Amino acid sequence: MRALSLEIIGASKSFGSFQALAEVSLTVRAGTVHALLGENGAGKSTLVKGIVGYGPLDDGELLVNNRQQQIRTPRDSHALGIGMVYQHFTVAPGLSVAENLVLSRGDLNWRIDWPLERKRLNEFMQRMPFRLDIERPVSSLAAGEKQKLEILKQLYLDRHLIILDEPTSVLTPQEAEEVLGLMRDMAHKGDISVLMITHKFGEVSRFADDVSVLRKGRLVGSTQVSATSQEELATWMMGAAESAADPVSQKPVDPSAAPRLDVRELSVANDKGTLAVSKLSLAVRPGEIVGIAGISGNGQRELTEALLGQRQSASGEIRINGARYQASRREMQREKVFSLPEEPLRNACIAGMSVADNLALRNFDQPPLCRQGWLINRRAIQTQATALIQQFNVRPADPLRPIGTLSGGNVQRAVLARELTDDVRTLIVSNPVFGLDFASVAIIHQRLRDARAQGAAVLLLSEDLDELLEMSDRILVIHEGEINFEVAADQADRATLGHYMAGGGHEDQRAAGAA
Amino acid sequence: MPGLPTVLSIISSFALFVLFLAFQGKPAFEALALVFEGAFGSSFAWENTLQRAAPLMLTALCVALPARAGLIIIGGEGALVLGGLAAATLPLWLTGLPPLATLIAMGMVAMLVGGFWIGLNGWLRQKRGLNETIGSLLLSYIAIALFNHLVEGPLRDPSSLNKPSTVGLDYSLMIGMISEDSFRVHWGLVAGIVACVLAYVLVRHSVKGFALDVVGGNVRTARMLGLPVNRLVILTCVLGGAAAGLAGMYEVSAVQGSANASLIVGYGISGILVSFAARHNPLAIIVCATLVGGIEASGSLLQRRLDLPDATTLILQGLLFTNLLAWEALVGRITQWRIRLEEHANKSKGAEVQHG
Repeated sequence: MRALSLEIIGASKSFGSFQALAEVSLTVRAGTVHALLGENGAGKSTLVKGIVGYGPLDDGELLVNNRQQQIRTPRDSHALGIGMVYQHFTVAPGLSVAENLVLSRGDLNWRIDWPLERKRLNEFMQRMPFRLDIERPVSSLAAGEKQKLEILKQLYLDRHLIILDEPTSVLTPQEAEEVLGLMRDMAHKGDISVLMITHKFGEVSRFADDVSVLRKGRLVGSTQVSATSQEELATWMMGAAESAADPVSQKPVDPSAAPRLDVRELSVANDKGTLAVSKLSLAVRPGEIVGIAGISGNGQRELTEALLGQRQSASGEIRINGARYQASRREMQREKVFSLPEEPLRNACIAGMSVADNLALRNFDQPPLCRQGWLINRRAIQTQATALIQQFNVRPADPLRPIGTLSGGNVQRAVLARELTDDVRTLIVSNPVFGLDFASVAIIHQRLRDARAQGAAVLLLSEDLDELLEMSDRILVIHEGEINFEVAADQADRATLGHYMAGGGHEDQRAAGAA
Repeated sequence: MPGLPTVLSIISSFALFVLFLAFQGKPAFEALALVFEGAFGSSFAWENTLQRAAPLMLTALCVALPARAGLIIIGGEGALVLGGLAAATLPLWLTGLPPLATLIAMGMVAMLVGGFWIGLNGWLRQKRGLNETIGSLLLSYIAIALFNHLVEGPLRDPSSLNKPSTVGLDYSLMIGMISEDSFRVHWGLVAGIVACVLAYVLVRHSVKGFALDVVGGNVRTARMLGLPVNRLVILTCVLGGAAAGLAGMYEVSAVQGSANASLIVGYGISGILVSFAARHNPLAIIVCATLVGGIEASGSLLQRRLDLPDATTLILQGLLFTNLLAWEALVGRITQWRIRLEEHANKSKGAEVQHG
């Protein structure tokens, strides 16, 4: 058997004070497909970058074919026969298939004997379970074919443990089916072992032999796929029940109140032009927190962007307080719509501007920050910033410092200060505590509850089930751009939510059809 | 230190300029002294310099204003020639008004045409996804071709034999000097300075300017705040184009007396250099335009005294621009490096910083 086995023991890595990986141990058996599941930020990429040597691990041992190996650089892992296929293509589109393959070898002479190389390549292709015409320019290949070329490249370079980083995110379902099927067959023949990062359950149950789940940098479990269920995996990914706090006694929502935020049959296209959100409807009443649960990549990002005004919707409408809402500044100010988007530096701040200016983004065109209707009052901006920095404990407490130089928690606190000091009536929140420390999480959750208590309608999109169960009055589950389940938070249980997050009934049917 | 790259690039490009001349066996330091003499050595030199600086202030605004919203527009030349052409032809149709009213109308129509031309760039970028740098360059070529076609064809004054021109302006429509005896610089200089000051107030002190900075800094955030991104971007383009168009009007009514090929001498191009040297700050544009105007003004002196070709000052301008870009990149890197060093020093915990 040429396939390699890989054992990881106690892998750890931290970035500054942030522990990205803590004591992760798992084994990839030779000739199997091993799936690595986890939410964004769970540490999957950090782990595989450690294995291929792009970001060496701080601590831990790697055993390849039961022999301990030091992997400090990609050169080391390549020498051992470990290769990685990245999420985004690393082929040169201007060159042909043959040129891409030959040039990926690091050991070329100054003169390339193309007739000989072509002959060898053709012989190589004959041995492969899938082929590409070596003369074709890469720019003419479809996404699935490019992915195949990436895999062929690994085989051509004689790699026998191949790591795939979300291999199907750029493929159509049919292409994904084909590529993963080929990988599985080659593994079962003993040619290669595969370690595959994913967060799609369907791929795990159809193509993987073993599965390991990471959550917040720790290994939650590692098992054979046949010995587990999608519901169990969902629970592993989203967090176990032990940390669920008692729901704080809250004023019940008035069920007869008219919805403040009303989304009707909204469809939104993603960057590729296909519908990521299709005919989605939901309503949030005043004084209510509605949570949206879902595995990431099911349309949450596009939905948030449409609600924030960052993305045009394809059809349907958003109503706030009964009136049609186009996300213009005047509507936001009149209806008091605020938001805490994910990645605040990318979505809610201007990194190069000062903290003071960033704190003024919501009200720079209103008195007292603006005089005579058109003049900016820099002193008032400064005064407002000093007060908010004090109140929300932003560090360092320097209003003139560019906000991009602050730490993540402080950036999020500054955004919180801007978005939540005023009277808030509608609030759109997406993964607000992602990557933050415990203290910041507590502050943000408290502020969200305060907003609810003051009668705001809060829509909370989160990949953290604990957060949703703790904060929400009602939980909706989004799957492939549609709401497929709704439940009151006090009646929600993880297994049911996990079942619907994984696609409910219809995912199982498709699996049966594909087999 | 926002002006640091500019100062460093002036020093380094003059050093390279000296080397360039020394390499040809020319008296380098004498030439350098002549550049200063030709630019700022006498009241005549000052007048010459400021006369050239006036249109540069306006064309630099055509780069600086869109730059606030994150656009790099390099097509000011096109807006200038079309603005000049519009101003030169307006009196042919609009007769019977008092001269002052006609002049105001000429200024308006020049700004309108220039604003439309650059505004078209903004529109193409926002609505059609066209890269504004390439787009403005190509539109500028189209503008110049259109200008040549009209001036040499339908709008040509039959009496202009050697140099195709539009019908000359009536003497009453010629804008004179600020002072005929003591300060022979046309009123375009005042227009340039006023425009720069107004632009400064707009970008630094107005609500619109603040909104522009948000759009230029991060479009996603601007959208999240509900700012009308498309409208703001197109607005800056229109304002910038209007400034360049006005420069064309002054070139016609204060210098040339008609629209002809002398309008296409690169004011729009030098404006790019001015705006970048001023780091898109409208007040700094006044200073940088004077500097670049001075370099251009010294060309004839270099030619007469040292027998250097006219293009020598262009070499100096080119050096200035490349050095500016190089220093800007370098200073940015040095700042990053310094911040990293500071952070390293602050980290007393001993946690290792990961590079790469």
